[in-house]
Amino acid sequence: MAEQPERAAGKASPHESARKHVCGSARYIDDLPVMPGMAHIATGKSPHPHARITHLDLEHVRRYPGVLDVVTQADIPGKVDVAPVFDGDPLLAGEVVEFVGQPVFAVAAVSMEVAQRAVAEARIGYEPLPAQLSIEDALAADAHVLPPHEMRMGDVSAEISAAPQRLNGELYVRGQEHFYLEGQVGQAEPTEDGGIHVIASTQHPTEIQHLVAEVLDIPFNRVVAEVRRMGGGFGGKETQAGPIACMTALFAHRLGRSVRYRMPRRDDMVQTGKRHDFLNRWSVGFDDQGVIHGLDLMLAGKCGYSADLSQGIVDRAMFHADNAYFLNTARIEGLRCRTHTVSNTAFRGFGGPQGMMAIETVIEDIARATGQDPLDVRKRNLYSPGRDETPYGQTVEQHVLPELVERLEADSDYRGRRAGIEAFNQKHRYLKKGLALTPVKFGISFTVKHLNQAGALLQLYTDGSLMINHGGTEMGQGLFTKVQQVVASEFGVSRDQVMVTSTRTDKIPNTSATAASSGSDLNGMAARDACQRVRGVLCEFAASEFGVEPDAVRFERGLVVIGEREWTLGEFAELAYTHRVPLFATGFYRTPKIHYNREEGKGRPFFYYANGAAVSEVTVDTATGEYRVERVDILHDVGDSLNPAIDIGQIEGGFVQGMGWLTTEELLWDNQGRVISNSPSNYKIPTAGDVPADFRVSLYDRPNNEETIYLSKAVGEPPLMLAISVWAALRDACAATTRYRFSPRLDTPATPERVYWALRECETFNLEGHSGGHG
Amino acid sequence: MRLKVNNRLYDSGDEAPDRTLLAFLRNQCGLTGTKEGCASGDCGACTVMVHDERGEKPRSYTVNSCICPVESLRDQSVTTVEGLGGDGVHGELHPVQEAMVACDGSQCGFCTPGFVMSLAALHSETLERGMPEDPRRAVLDAISGNLCRCTGYRPIVEAGIRALNNPDFLTRNGTEPVSGAPLSGSMETPNEPCSFWQPGTEAELQRLLSANPEARLVAGGTDLMLEHTQLFRRLPKLIDLNRIESLRRIELGPEHIDIGAAVTYTEMETAFADIAPELVRMLERLGSRQIRNRGTIGGNIGNASPIADMPPFLLVMDAELVIRDARGNSRSEPLCEFYQDYKQTTLQPGEYIALVRIDRPRPGQWLRLHKLSKRYEDDITTVMGAFLWDAETGLRVAYGGMAAVPARAWRCEQVINYGGTAIPTLDDLTIERACAELNETFSPIGDVRASADYRRVMAASLFGRACRGLKSFASGEEPKEELHHHG
Repeated sequence: MAEQPERAAGKASPHESARKHVCGSARYIDDLPVMPGMAHIATGKSPHPHARITHLDLEHVRRYPGVLDVVTQADIPGKVDVAPVFDGDPLLAGEVVEFVGQPVFAVAAVSMEVAQRAVAEARIGYEPLPAQLSIEDALAADAHVLPPHEMRMGDVSAEISAAPQRLNGELYVRGQEHFYLEGQVGQAEPTEDGGIHVIASTQHPTEIQHLVAEVLDIPFNRVVAEVRRMGGGFGGKETQAGPIACMTALFAHRLGRSVRYRMPRRDDMVQTGKRHDFLNRWSVGFDDQGVIHGLDLMLAGKCGYSADLSQGIVDRAMFHADNAYFLNTARIEGLRCRTHTVSNTAFRGFGGPQGMMAIETVIEDIARATGQDPLDVRKRNLYSPGRDETPYGQTVEQHVLPELVERLEADSDYRGRRAGIEAFNQKHRYLKKGLALTPVKFGISFTVKHLNQAGALLQLYTDGSLMINHGGTEMGQGLFTKVQQVVASEFGVSRDQVMVTSTRTDKIPNTSATAASSGSDLNGMAARDACQRVRGVLCEFAASEFGVEPDAVRFERGLVVIGEREWTLGEFAELAYTHRVPLFATGFYRTPKIHYNREEGKGRPFFYYANGAAVSEVTVDTATGEYRVERVDILHDVGDSLNPAIDIGQIEGGFVQGMGWLTTEELLWDNQGRVISNSPSNYKIPTAGDVPADFRVSLYDRPNNEETIYLSKAVGEPPLMLAISVWAALRDACAATTRYRFSPRLDTPATPERVYWALRECETFNLEGHSGGHG
Repeated sequence: MRLKVNNRLYDSGDEAPDRTLLAFLRNQCGLTGTKEGCASGDCGACTVMVHDERGEKPRSYTVNSCICPVESLRDQSVTTVEGLGGDGVHGELHPVQEAMVACDGSQCGFCTPGFVMSLAALHSETLERGMPEDPRRAVLDAISGNLCRCTGYRPIVEAGIRALNNPDFLTRNGTEPVSGAPLSGSMETPNEPCSFWQPGTEAELQRLLSANPEARLVAGGTDLMLEHTQLFRRLPKLIDLNRIESLRRIELGPEHIDIGAAVTYTEMETAFADIAPELVRMLERLGSRQIRNRGTIGGNIGNASPIADMPPFLLVMDAELVIRDARGNSRSEPLCEFYQDYKQTTLQPGEYIALVRIDRPRPGQWLRLHKLSKRYEDDITTVMGAFLWDAETGLRVAYGGMAAVPARAWRCEQVINYGGTAIPTLDDLTIERACAELNETFSPIGDVRASADYRRVMAASLFGRACRGLKSFASGEEPKEELHHHG
């Protein structure tokens, strides 16, 4: 506090918990002291994807030594359904089970191990029912969790049939397991008022509060949901934390003691939702320069057995099916396929990445068909003034990408390297290099309008220390750090004078999930509003006390300054207190300008767009399909960065997570509906060795043209999609074997095996008379 | 049960044999800095340092505490993240912790203590042995078993390198093994009947085996312990092989090399660095550093997994197993006859693998081990091809992942060696015929790692790659067109 603080916002500075992280003293839920008599939970899981329960004998479970309680659906006092928006997610299954792993009953025992062993003692009879396990099954059965939805712009059929060239295609994009390092976990303690204090690893404390209250049939005000930090979220702790918390609350309520539920990794990977698989089909019309005249696109998401958040997720896939490109005319159909698999859920990008994969494939196919470098086709189709209307009627107002892409193309020496790669590929028989530049334009705001609001509570103590509380949650993304910087900046103090405390529903009510990349946009603004209210009161006080204009009071260098007079913030707060001035305030923010009419598929769903682009270079061994990412260059638009260190961390981390999704992370089910990629031994997220040594990330420094917190832009999700450049580079390396005349289908993830089969498809193309494959 | 943790002695009653070090640290010691991410040794969030101070040469190494039986560390010493530096609010940080903060190496922080421990172990090794030749590579090796889902690793790698370069590091000793420091404190835990034995000799082992035929043998526990941590089964009786010196030796004879069954992969990496660098390159992709510090060659062979990484190499080396039983009888058996069917071996109840004997690699021999997996590091093999050529015996070929057991490709070898062994006859037609034999020999399965078709074509593809390599070798050229991983 002694040092003179510079303005905290905009400065690269470490995560607020960094020192605690590295010392192991940052507490996660499973690290909290174990309360005396604490119970632990395990659930009995359905072995069938779809079946009727014919009998349920839990006697042996109850009698297992160490078991404290066993519950089925009938034991739930309140609402059984713990779905976030649309009904359909029973906390425990009723007569019918609808996915392998669905909880049928739950056990509380003296330890998690005992609970797990007890579960195995159940005797349950099932009558299997027919199951749809794939998107294709669901399409054939016309089975949807929610009705199909369409966006239209212009007469697409006419434009496609009149276009000089046409192509059709299909791509299967597999989902992704969140693999947050801290698995799902929650803890509940009964309170003296018949309520529950639940500590959850959740992105959405308010939803937890509501669900727990509904499950127990008690008023919202009896439930407090609290979260200090998560060990990673990535969307996987938005709705998926709900059942965990409800289960702990249910047992805490019944047993009158503390209950903890930590899912073992394998249960987590089987029982909780993942990123949706998507099957994308299109036909596109374009001219000889590769300019798109019309796109007719089907996006079919594998939703699993219930709706969960699939309405918004498939919508966001549709909203991003244009990515950064003007489509001229379009019909985009979104299907929400119902399958007898775990209900898929939010995952960083929220459908956006799957939608973008469609258009990026289309762009590449157009490039091969017109004999151009895909980068030229990309540039030609970018939104630009006059060609700026999206299929959902929003106009792109800030044209960041044309310039950003130019700069990245130059900085990464794209053209020089392209020439070098062609020479390399001529010289090498088995090794082929690929290169690709792909852009990202990502819409920022919840597409459900009312979610775009936030609250904050600021408390100034008489020693000058500040406490800020807001509705956002910390999952590692640095939200607490950024909000701390905002508060410090508003009061002109250093960051360490500001405490950011646990997110609690008894401090800030009715909050939205920390999701949609909106955490600092919403909560940063709410916190700033709270600061300005407290400052306003202090300034009013100064005006009456010292006879100056309120705006003559400055908060800077850790001091309150009025003309020649200076106080520390503590001295001034103490003074104000003795004059009976309130030193706390709530702040509120709602995002302006946004509206969307879903019926018509038109409006302005997004306050603004975040942009970026990446260049990836890969080398492929054509004999096996093995590959290596050689170099990555990224230029990303975060507006005026609130904290460049944190923003770069989000960009790099998002990129690598996206790269995993598109390369090594293969989410697989068998034909019995069982997840067979059910542990980190068979589901491979990237390791340090997969990240190229040559990894260059820069921020595109240009303020947001919308009034966001200090003109910054959201950064959580957009960078994930920069990784599409890795997939495109792999496809480019495959295309090299056909002298870039053909681009093979490359479903994702592009594992070595898939790359190998894509190369074989190229070989077939060459053998079918298109001579001249390997140089 | 006596164990020093962060310089504090825990002198307690016996622990259940399957009690993990992680459970002991978190529940008994209240040290919650060490995290459980997967309970299967795949994520590294539970990484701690073990200091083995027995024997002439004390050594420190990292382990996955989630699959390490705590009883196997009797009288040893452990450092956790809490034992390195301050508590996050007060106290000086260890150079690795400092660098992790300075480089923004943590986001959600859950994996962080594991990374810090892996890097601290490397840091302390550097104090002892000097700066590694390639610091980046050393850091990547140290953290190959640590997963981070937030950062994308770049800042962590940077922090690791920065810590090694910390000019202060010679004068600070935060990661020094805690040996010699005064012991303090003790903690009593309830007694459970102890069925975790640590025999010091094979004779003792044999006596225990006769008395407890149902006991399971454990060395690293990197596979066995998963029955407990993943399936929640109890392992009521365990016999630990780690203190039997005769099973822990590598004897480098002029003709043969004897590798004790309880020799770890890390120990093999050291012993074979000059003798078989190709083997060492393969070992660098077997599990992670933490796994290689605990996993043993005997376990790898005895588990009889079709995708184990050692057997293909051992098969082309014509390895022999020395197998002993509870009565002290000894027999030897060629490895190629040891595997009967999926997870079936000739090992009888009461028998154990004592050592593996291979011929000492000779100059002029050529060895290639090609491993395919979805991920380069720390991934289980999809297909492994092992290829050994020498002038006397010709080309030997073995595969993992292609059948229910790791197997030699005898008929493929016959085709290749038909024209004589001195110079392999590697014209395209012969290679094609040899590949046809591979196709005849193997009917691989499809599973979560790859389709049957991919495995089938990869057997031939790896064979082709090996033949190209051998041709380059025969003509004295460097092998060309290889995809090297760490750039």
